[in-house]
Amino acid sequence: MRDGKFPEATGPIEDVDVLIAGGGVSGLAAGWRLAEAGFTRFTLLELEDRTGGNARSGRNATSAYPLGAHYLPVPNREARALHHMLKQFGMIVGEERGAPVYDPLQLCADLEERLLWRGKWQEGLFPQTALSADDKEQYARFTAGMAAFRAAKGADGKPAFALPMALSSSDPQFRALDQQSFAQWLDANGYRSSLLRAYLRYCCRDDYGSEPEHVSAWAGIHYFAGRRGWAAGEDGDRELTWPEGNGRLVGLMARRIVGKIRTGHSVFRVERVDAGVVVHAFDHGISRTRRIRARAAVLAMPHFVAQRVAPQFAAKGDFSYAPWVVANVTVNRPPEGKGAPLAWDNVSAASESLGYVVATHQTSSADGGPTVLTWYLPLSRETPRQARKILMTRSLEAWQEVVRDDLLAMNPDLAGAIERIDVWQWGHAMVRPTPGFLSEPARLAATASSGPVWFAHSDLSGLSLFEEAHYRGVVAAESVLAHLSHPFESLV
Amino acid sequence: MDEAPVAAGEDGERAAPASLAVILLISVLVVATCGLIYELLAGTLASYLLGDSVTQFSTVIGTYLFAMGVGSWLSRHVRSNEITVFVRVEILIAALGGWSAAGLFLLFPLVGDFRVALYALVMAIGVLVGLEIPLLIRILRHRFAFRELVSNVLTYDYVGALVASLLFPLILVPKLGMIRTGFVFGLANVGVAIALLVALRRQERVGRDMVAALVVTASLLTGLAFADRLQRWSEVAFYNEPVVYARSTPYQRIVLTRQGGDLRLYLNGNLQFSTRDEYRYHEALVWPVLGRVAAPRQVLILGGGDGLAAREVLRDARVGHVTLVDLDPEMARLFRDTPQLAQLNAGSLASPRLTMVNADAFRWVREETGQFDAIIIDFPDPTEFSLGKLYTESFYREVARLLARDGVMTVQSTSPLIAPRSYWTVASTLEAAGLTVRGYHAYVPSFGEWGFTMAAHAPISDGVRLPAHLRYLTAASERAMFDFQPDMARRPAPVNRLDNQALVRSFAEEWGRYEG
Repeated sequence: MRDGKFPEATGPIEDVDVLIAGGGVSGLAAGWRLAEAGFTRFTLLELEDRTGGNARSGRNATSAYPLGAHYLPVPNREARALHHMLKQFGMIVGEERGAPVYDPLQLCADLEERLLWRGKWQEGLFPQTALSADDKEQYARFTAGMAAFRAAKGADGKPAFALPMALSSSDPQFRALDQQSFAQWLDANGYRSSLLRAYLRYCCRDDYGSEPEHVSAWAGIHYFAGRRGWAAGEDGDRELTWPEGNGRLVGLMARRIVGKIRTGHSVFRVERVDAGVVVHAFDHGISRTRRIRARAAVLAMPHFVAQRVAPQFAAKGDFSYAPWVVANVTVNRPPEGKGAPLAWDNVSAASESLGYVVATHQTSSADGGPTVLTWYLPLSRETPRQARKILMTRSLEAWQEVVRDDLLAMNPDLAGAIERIDVWQWGHAMVRPTPGFLSEPARLAATASSGPVWFAHSDLSGLSLFEEAHYRGVVAAESVLAHLSHPFESLV
Repeated sequence: MDEAPVAAGEDGERAAPASLAVILLISVLVVATCGLIYELLAGTLASYLLGDSVTQFSTVIGTYLFAMGVGSWLSRHVRSNEITVFVRVEILIAALGGWSAAGLFLLFPLVGDFRVALYALVMAIGVLVGLEIPLLIRILRHRFAFRELVSNVLTYDYVGALVASLLFPLILVPKLGMIRTGFVFGLANVGVAIALLVALRRQERVGRDMVAALVVTASLLTGLAFADRLQRWSEVAFYNEPVVYARSTPYQRIVLTRQGGDLRLYLNGNLQFSTRDEYRYHEALVWPVLGRVAAPRQVLILGGGDGLAAREVLRDARVGHVTLVDLDPEMARLFRDTPQLAQLNAGSLASPRLTMVNADAFRWVREETGQFDAIIIDFPDPTEFSLGKLYTESFYREVARLLARDGVMTVQSTSPLIAPRSYWTVASTLEAAGLTVRGYHAYVPSFGEWGFTMAAHAPISDGVRLPAHLRYLTAASERAMFDFQPDMARRPAPVNRLDNQALVRSFAEEWGRYEG
């Protein structure tokens, strides 16, 4: 990957107006945005043999299943480009009093989530039994506090916490929260109930792959206060999900620009030449390096990669990434358990994993038969470096054993039902919103590019969320359109 | 442990050491409790499985007491080493009594005559329990004066009986269930044996008995640990009638029971039909729809893998073709290929006018493009979230797409009397899917007052043409089905959607209240 590892280009230089390097959510969103504006003179290079990044999915005889990101909460009103896209994809099917109506088949069906708590499954993810008066009081206080943050606006009139986060208020009273960790903020505000803290830890690991001790308080609060889903009726707090998870979204985006995508290309050098750039990319298909001259480029890649391949453009920054393990477990009968019935998302209070989601939840009304369970584990206890060492050294069999043991501890009824376990390791799954990330200079510099290279990645937001990646891709694409004087109506 | 020297008894036998006497007296209490528990278990189980509780309890108790008499009489043949015999008796009782409930439940569907197995087990346990008290009295005879001995032993015996008779109905059956209760008391019996073996280990060779006691303990603990699974296997506990067929498919548990001429189908423990009155249900399900369609050439049945709704539909000569979508191929096989069952549905599933599709209806309707003049939806009640999806607005929108402009459909929609809000939720939901609806209900004795919801694109007329051969419906009684008395009358009900599953929730609440 590092410079020098790939051979120099031999063939003639190729020309294209816009080159997008990276086919994850933000790269595809950038391509989608260009296509929306009727702009066709672009190429998207993807390293892997399939686009989709963190939202990639797999499929076997039983079902499609996610390899990473698996749902999209109903987006906020401010996520305009995303609304536009969801309407186009048939996910928003109408309007009711101005608010979007979502396709009920794509909203997560009831029962959405259940928690294994003291040997019994219950609805929801916060324990409902064996709570002390103090637990209840703190949970109620926390919920009310987050509701207040959700409604809060800064002196600039912007929401304190917006999604995309770039639209949040810059009011220092909220920005100051970024100076401490979420855990410190919780301590300082008297949130010490171990049950509440366990729940909040779950939330931090779920969205950021990190412990509350390592997450900025601003980001920790954003998880609860940033979502004001905009939908008709009571669907605002729902989630969109599909058997293949967010693989559905990236698949639909890729389909819009299918002729523009070239997979199996390692972009390893981006240089400024005249007013444009020359991109060096190794084509794994023909084992040859291509040189592509572009008037503008969108680097839709994690910043730690961007700063290696485009040192002229990407400021060196202090980004850290949470590693994850995701396993897809094919079972010949669905899990059961005492208490609440099987939900889409199934979490055990006693497990270090985040539990599992059920791939056939949306598509099947059969109460039996085979399904695929997608099991998630962020390696958040270790430092990212230690965790990546574990990923590199632990064998597939060892991981399968971890997954099997964890699943059987949650669902002893699955004994004998597990047919296969596919394990997927993500070394740099999510950027970590560590304290101070809001003012991290490299991040700010990357958002303020004036071309001919723009950056598009959720790293620019510090929050590894679909909404953020999509927004960054759209913003970069619109900057490119403006740069090339291509007419368009902004979606942001 | 007491190390006191052992006194010589009158027959040259050794008397029990003092600590042993205490263990033995406690064991009277324990064995008396256990003995009565096994008797109560057998009686309850027999009433459960065979019905007629007065007869079952009388005969079980009679047999048991008689067997105890036999045991007491047999005790005279124990000429020496009473304590070892007593220990072995305890181990045997622990094994037989401990496994009695689980064993009887498991045996029930497997043996030809369950009564033989039941009374053989009751006899065996009774004989062993009958041995206990005479042996104990003889073992303890050197420890106490005869007056005191009889008083002590019988007092503990009767106290144990009281303990058992109070624990059994109040705590054991409701909290532990019968299978676990058996194992727990088996463990108490073998506990007595082990305590005695430990106390005796200085003066007797206890090795083999100890091994036997530990093996029994292990088997009882295993049984206890897997009691839930045993309970599931021994599902006959759920049914009031003898089970004649039981099979698990990947999708459901199919159970057929028969009592006299009444054959019943249960899916996952929920009654689907009784041959005594299923004609009422199926006539009410099918004919109001067919009677309102001018030319029902294409008919769709969703659910109803038993072929009974199809039987009614195929009676109508105007029907050219029936498409039946049912999830479970096993149901179709069972009701098509078993002559007795195929007779019930008049061979409908083998009819050349019927196409069987084994698919999840939730997916199937989304992919289907055909048009149907009549659609009959006969799914199991919305007891689970998965089934609840088949009653949602999204689902009905797809079904409406398949319904011809002048077609009519109907949905079995639970009891409007027991679950009125659930019943009217189906109507609200069909309306939300853009259809006009008319509810109606019929009395089906084995279900009670049962509800259906008719729906169509156009207003549904009163006029209906019924064939002459029906057993339940006439033009007049059909008209009366649309009349809802105040206790079932329409009331506000939510729309059942995939993301609220309002029906599953109200169904559980209303039926939960009804069933207490």
